Amino acid sequence: MIDDRLVERFRHICGPEHVLTDRHELRTYESDGLRHYRTPAALAVLPGSADEVRQIVLACHGAKVPWVARGAGTGLSGGAIPVEDGVLVVLTRLNRILEVDLDNQRVVVEPCVTNAAISKAVGPTHFYPPDPSSQVVSTIGGNVAENAGGLHCFKYGFTTNYVTGLEIVLSDGEVATLGGKELDWPGYDLVGTFVGSEGTLGIATRITLRVTPEAEGHRTMVGYFDSIEQAGQAVTDIVGAGMVPAAIEIMDKLTIEATENWTHAGYPVDVGAALIVELDGSEAECDARFDDVMEIYERNGATGTRVAEDEDERALIWKARKAAFAAMGYVSPYYYVQDSVIPRTRLAEVLKRIDGLSRDYGFKVANVFHAGDGNLHPLVCYDARKEGELERAEELSGKIVLACVEAGGSITGEHGVGLDKKQFMTAMFSEQDLQAFQRLRCAFDPDQLANPGKVMPTPRLCGEVPGPYRKHPLEQAGVAERF
Amino acid sequence: MDPAMSPRREAPSSPDEAGEVMRAAGAEGRRVRIRGGGTKWSWGRPAEPPEVDVSTERLDRVVEHNEGDLTAVFEAGLPFARAQEALANAGQMVALDPPFGLPGEGDRATIGGVVATGDSGPLRHRYGAPRDLILGITVALSDGTVARAGGKVIKNVAGYDLAKLFTGSFGTLGLIVEVVMRLHPRPPETVTAVGVSGDPDALGEAASAVAHSPFGPECLDVSWDGGHGEVMARFVGAAPEAGAREVVKLLERAGLDARLAADDDDRWNRQRARQRSADGAVVRVSGLASELPKVLRSAREVGASLVGRAGLGLSWMTLGEGDVPELVSNIEEVRRRLHPFPCVVLDAPAEVREKVEVWGDDGALPLMRRVKARFDGPGVCNPGIFVGGI
Repeated sequence: MIDDRLVERFRHICGPEHVLTDRHELRTYESDGLRHYRTPAALAVLPGSADEVRQIVLACHGAKVPWVARGAGTGLSGGAIPVEDGVLVVLTRLNRILEVDLDNQRVVVEPCVTNAAISKAVGPTHFYPPDPSSQVVSTIGGNVAENAGGLHCFKYGFTTNYVTGLEIVLSDGEVATLGGKELDWPGYDLVGTFVGSEGTLGIATRITLRVTPEAEGHRTMVGYFDSIEQAGQAVTDIVGAGMVPAAIEIMDKLTIEATENWTHAGYPVDVGAALIVELDGSEAECDARFDDVMEIYERNGATGTRVAEDEDERALIWKARKAAFAAMGYVSPYYYVQDSVIPRTRLAEVLKRIDGLSRDYGFKVANVFHAGDGNLHPLVCYDARKEGELERAEELSGKIVLACVEAGGSITGEHGVGLDKKQFMTAMFSEQDLQAFQRLRCAFDPDQLANPGKVMPTPRLCGEVPGPYRKHPLEQAGVAERF
Repeated sequence: MDPAMSPRREAPSSPDEAGEVMRAAGAEGRRVRIRGGGTKWSWGRPAEPPEVDVSTERLDRVVEHNEGDLTAVFEAGLPFARAQEALANAGQMVALDPPFGLPGEGDRATIGGVVATGDSGPLRHRYGAPRDLILGITVALSDGTVARAGGKVIKNVAGYDLAKLFTGSFGTLGLIVEVVMRLHPRPPETVTAVGVSGDPDALGEAASAVAHSPFGPECLDVSWDGGHGEVMARFVGAAPEAGAREVVKLLERAGLDARLAADDDDRWNRQRARQRSADGAVVRVSGLASELPKVLRSAREVGASLVGRAGLGLSWMTLGEGDVPELVSNIEEVRRRLHPFPCVVLDAPAEVREKVEVWGDDGALPLMRRVKARFDGPGVCNPGIFVGGI
């Protein structure tokens, strides 16, 4: 329960209509994109300005009440799940684009501007490269918290490569301005440190982003293969030939069936895998590389190819890929999505392991794959209405994650650790590594009020800041030495 | 010489040894100075002399080169040029070209030093800075902790991004022992479009036109020296000439005298070299691309030469000859003219460093102090050289 005086304080800060305490209203916010985690918040508050955010956080600090910041709630790691007896700070009213400075290729936004709105604001000459499939809904604040990726990461990088400045509210209510439109501000790269911190270091209330010119040409081409291994080998050949395509994506048979059912994008449903490659650059560069890619498709036994003839067809090809998660509902009533990363060269071997695990457990596993950067999204299909299936699907999912870590990879490429993957942190990091993470957490939020219980596998304390070394009086007197 | 003044020398050869060296220094409260190749040794604020000199010279191995995955693991003391040589055999590179970092420039800048200072060269236009290419890091802290963050794959968001925190931290949080870097293919062909003008506004307009064009140069630089200015854009890939020819037209349209230059390595190496000065002062201006004419005029007013990443708003201004008071007053003049852009003094004679605040604005200093206190409790890691005397 939240103390009545604190509730009153929130009503005073934001107006009574922006403070939700009704149990039914709060149900909207009890989970995020991972629907099997649910925790009702004690209270949700919807600030209308950065200063209201600051006042809310300050009030929470005074009362030592934990809080969780939330954007659109599309996250896939349970990162925006409320904490029990805590406050949910819903940022959806902070949705203004504050400045478009195309001369300097910068856009300044409040946190709940959607990802897609950035490209729209600077198009058609420029675009904002990080493009998670949820981009129409997901917000920049959430993208910053999770260091969101997308389909074009292999060439263009992630959210962290595009944030140049942040205004953040720290958990003690202080406001810090980090970076700006300019690059290389003196001091620690706290912008880079904050991006991807999953809401545990503070709330970003103002975000400065870099945008980039659209390339002169694009070539989007799909190759169809009998097996995912063949598609994987084609990717190896493309990368080995020194190409850095804007995007390289693989969908397996099950994913193609699901997306085709929904989007009717024209993918054949009888193939084993589809490899989508998008080249961009000057027209001449695209032309030169186009033939190389087609030759590699053929060499790896492609049973067919499809080339986007115009912008509409390009959009259709991508629509199918971006719909992959949502479309899985056509194949299975429930699915469990993972986000593991492997060194790309271990693809065939890891897929074989996933296949074996899938058969052991008797669950179908669909695979969508950011093939350039080795980010796998295995979707474990199950039926939660059948007793024990959720638990067994979770178990299978966990084994897939560990197989990826054993292959030298990571537990998460773009969805974040959140609640969902914190149990796997110890597979990747030692106790010393985790303690180093905790030092950062404690520098920003010594009371650990910001999104507690996420990221770190076990709760830990902050303790006092270790003081500087001081000589013992005996040392000072030259009587003793320290060893 | 007073033996107490001569720092103890340490050269750990493994992460564990590095942890032990740092732990001992922390426990004794002795000031540590971390040294790689020493090419940027003088950067930062003047500080008390170190009591322990920690060299990374024995941490100089290529630990892994995962060719097919476009990643590599390097020990911090590995000379940058040697790393690049090893990768070049596979047609790959770390897409960074800081000064003293190419084969032929000697075993000087180390990978650890480049990461610790966040140094970069013209390739930054396309590929970014060390912060953008680092995937993982191993550090030794002053309580003996040896910790790793990030991973060995090019996409990973597990845990806090301590690699970015340590990149550009000038050794003030701990010793970088090992780094994992993303690699890129070494492009097959290069050609450069160059435009010449003595008019800062025309140069600014030309640079802006190229930066906003859809042709995607790998590098986009500006040069200014004694009234002679150039904008240059390097194109690479399977068909670089087409883009370069389009850019020649853009440069001409802005009033520059423009042409294609085929054999262009020397030109770009000069740009890199001019980010440094052996006896003058170099001020790095973090500006905005649209203000390039203003930055060029400021350079002209104080008689400075300049190289810069024209599309990114970053410039390195060299204030050449002149006595100490003149250098100091010129640095202050540049700062006054370009306020509020951060202007950091990199190279400068010791007497000059004593008289100017080399970092200028301190940014989010209270939070930075909190970070420093958590990572380096004893306060022994390169103390005093960073912003605000961190």
